[in-house]
Amino acid sequence: MKFSIYDFTSFTQWVDQTLRAAMSPFWAVLIEMTVIGLAFLLFYALVGLILVYAERKVCAFMQNRVGPNRVGPYGIFQTIADFIKLLMKELVYIKDSDKLLFNLAPFIVIIASFMAIAAIPFAKGLHAIDFDIGILYVVAVSALGVVGVLLAGWSSNNKYSLIGAMRSGAQIISYELSVGLSLLTIIVLAGTMQFSQIVEMQSTGWFIFKGHIPAFIAFVIFLIASTAETNRGPFDLAEAESELTAGFHTEYSGIKFAFFFLAEYMNMFIVASIAATVFWGGWMPFHVNGWEGFNHIMDYIPPFVWYAGKTAFVIWLMMWIKWTFPRLRIDQLLTLEWKYLLPINLVNILIMAFVVLMGWHF
Amino acid sequence: MSSFIKYFTDLFSGLKSLQTGLTVTGKYFFSPWEIVTQQYPENRKKLEMFDRFKGEVVMPHNEHNEHRCTGCGICETNCPNGSIEVISKRIETAEGKKVRIIDQHIYHLSMCTFCSLCIKTCPSNALAWGQEFEHAVFDRAKLTKILNKPGSTILKGIEE
Repeated sequence: MKFSIYDFTSFTQWVDQTLRAAMSPFWAVLIEMTVIGLAFLLFYALVGLILVYAERKVCAFMQNRVGPNRVGPYGIFQTIADFIKLLMKELVYIKDSDKLLFNLAPFIVIIASFMAIAAIPFAKGLHAIDFDIGILYVVAVSALGVVGVLLAGWSSNNKYSLIGAMRSGAQIISYELSVGLSLLTIIVLAGTMQFSQIVEMQSTGWFIFKGHIPAFIAFVIFLIASTAETNRGPFDLAEAESELTAGFHTEYSGIKFAFFFLAEYMNMFIVASIAATVFWGGWMPFHVNGWEGFNHIMDYIPPFVWYAGKTAFVIWLMMWIKWTFPRLRIDQLLTLEWKYLLPINLVNILIMAFVVLMGWHF
Repeated sequence: MSSFIKYFTDLFSGLKSLQTGLTVTGKYFFSPWEIVTQQYPENRKKLEMFDRFKGEVVMPHNEHNEHRCTGCGICETNCPNGSIEVISKRIETAEGKKVRIIDQHIYHLSMCTFCSLCIKTCPSNALAWGQEFEHAVFDRAKLTKILNKPGSTILKGIEE
């Protein structure tokens, strides 16, 4: 059995076959699911720690500061120290709160992001589940997080929380449209919703180059709308610390607060992964159609490095946006969506359909 | 039609202003060696505070150990939280005149809110802001300071 870091298909198949040979299919599937779940849990903790550190450093550099630099070299252990502190904090019981919903809300938020990450291809064959409607699944599942936010705001018995949750609801309902339509633009070009096929089709050039102008517009709209959907600045009205203290998670403490915090960063990671996969080719190396030698050299860089690099780039773009612009008012937020993004998006799909019909893409 | 044109001019002028902001932060990001903040504990030896910094209330003395305080008590009456106590005494000068001088100008740093009212209202400019800011002590009594130095006298020409 030969494994390579360029193609994980043979590895996953070998694991599956060995398990099925040793036990009944039920137990084999159960073990596989447990292993993948544990792997994702570990991945969550790791990515969360790295992203929080990265955000603080990027923010510091953009404001001409140093950022965390006390715990470990360049402050790399700062987030671990923060995490330990969060774990040791008291879970405050809120008087007259809806206890069940209050405790349930952080789990709904984290489960929504957990479900979304299952469909993301990390490398060739490294893919928890490959739906043939992968994009639809991700869009549908990532919108579930707002249920958790609404529950958190409602059950906290706090006006600030409720206002924050309601804002979040209005925001997600609006911006979900733009996310869906900008992805639809690429689906028109790709002709499929399956992530593995979308990545495979970009072996002759990433969609942002293949689809040129409409694809680029779609990417910009996706970036704006997905920033809004993950409740990140400048669209962080649901938290709005200067107006609502912390919005929907005002009353949460300790590990429950950490869940919301982690979910925010994981949602950013998932959104960046989708942007990287759909617009920038996912794990597909940089290929130019016809340049065989060049393509061959690019293939030597392992796919997960390409994937991680592109995702990091999109995350950096989102952080750049967050630390540059001031927070929008709720009416400005809705104006931006309904008067600008949505009409532009609809016209953009029309242009993309025309481009595909005329064969004007590369 | 004009609203149609306005829509697009708004859109593109908005995009341009966004781009201006992104350029600024982008430049900052790619020059991480440019730091505007003070690296405090490291540069403690050569840290200089700016002129308007309000560290603590001090009473400047000149090289002959002379201050400008007449002991009028205006700072004491103006202090909103009673952090100044002026204890004055009457003495007889060589010419036989009875004058008021300060015995102790007591300043409670622990109660001061750094509002600057004492310094602004002092008729003879006897008080000023000091640049010292490391005020942490283990004993609260150390925060009560006597601002006039021992043996100091009032500068000639300030009285009344």
